[in-house]
Amino acid sequence: MPTKLFLKFTILLLAGTTFLSAKDTEKKGEGEKDLKSEIKEYIRHHLEDTHDFGLYSFTDDKKGKKVYRGLPLPVILWDEGLKVFSSTQLNHGKSVAQAGDNYYKLYHGKIYKTDEKGTISYDDHHHPTNAKPLDFSITKSVATIIFTALLMFLLFRGLARSYRENGLIAKGVGRFFEPIVLYIRDDIARPNIGEKHYKKYMSFLLTIFFFIWFLNLLGLTPLGINVTGNIAVTLCLALLTFLITTFTGKKDYWKHIFDPLGSSMKWYAKLPLYIILIPIEILGLIIKPFSLLIRLYANIQAGHIVLMSLIGLMFIFKSWIGSPLSFGLAFAISLIEILVALLQAYIFTMLSALYFGFASEEHEDH
Amino acid sequence: MEIPTIVGAGLVVIGVGLGIGNIGKGAMDAIGRQPDAYGKIQTAMLIAAALIEGIGFAALFAA
Repeated sequence: MPTKLFLKFTILLLAGTTFLSAKDTEKKGEGEKDLKSEIKEYIRHHLEDTHDFGLYSFTDDKKGKKVYRGLPLPVILWDEGLKVFSSTQLNHGKSVAQAGDNYYKLYHGKIYKTDEKGTISYDDHHHPTNAKPLDFSITKSVATIIFTALLMFLLFRGLARSYRENGLIAKGVGRFFEPIVLYIRDDIARPNIGEKHYKKYMSFLLTIFFFIWFLNLLGLTPLGINVTGNIAVTLCLALLTFLITTFTGKKDYWKHIFDPLGSSMKWYAKLPLYIILIPIEILGLIIKPFSLLIRLYANIQAGHIVLMSLIGLMFIFKSWIGSPLSFGLAFAISLIEILVALLQAYIFTMLSALYFGFASEEHEDH
Repeated sequence: MEIPTIVGAGLVVIGVGLGIGNIGKGAMDAIGRQPDAYGKIQTAMLIAAALIEGIGFAALFAA
């Protein structure tokens, strides 16, 4: 059973990193420089995407160096030809990576083209002026997305197969997912899209629901993943909803936008109204997916910031009261975040279904 | 952060809190009146709350 093995491996990995990250927090408390700015830096760093899958880092007291532990990921650049090398070569911005005749350096999370020594020149506002190659790297977020896609594929393929083998009865993890799939069909898709058209949207709704849900939950593990709290990811998800809404829009949907008053008025009476109405309707088309993308991004981002700040309290108080307070609050917020993870996935799916419903509506009674 | 920004963010949170609180109250009343329509009311409540929340977040990001 590849699914079972995969799941076991995943759980093992998660359990292992919980242990590792617990060790990590102990080490962090020893930092002597400005603690508050260090915590802020740490949170900011967590929210960003990185070129390697960092699990934890600490300062080696003997060598006085910062040590990073984690998995290296491939860096893929397009700079007059494809350049592929491991992220260990970048070494968190400390060394210059060589690929062919070109040299690259990581600076504040971005890869710049440099000379052999890794010189970065700045303009007046302290922004680097070096050339930036096109970055197609498998970053931490991309790796997580691939992982989630694989997980979903194995899970739901297994569920589909168990129906065939077991006489239309789900078994194993399918028993847990079957009611959720049915819920999305019967309580999200059917009432919002309508009996006639809901089937062609089901695959998208299910995919987006489980994708967002799994990524939200992965974001709560101590792996330090923040995928759905990345505005580029939520932008793409919302863009998919927007494209599907636009391209499956029926005649009535477009009529609703460009001719909402229909034949109830003469054309010369409608003209002055439409000068105001149509731009508003078109703006509404863009605002709908925009609110989707902002909502998911902001909710997850805010949750991560709150959680990390509460853990940071432990190091700011530095007394017996700090740890229980920080632990209690972080635990409570974590529980809320588990709920939020599900709720945001639900709302995204729900609103997508609602928009699809607007698009595929065909009404005679308007 | 400057003081006007902080005050603005606070006002946004107050507004959003009041709005979502009102929706919750409305939903509770409606469920009390019609317990059978629980599912439908809950869905409508969540959509309205999500829309307000979206505006709130947009304002917080602008602040």
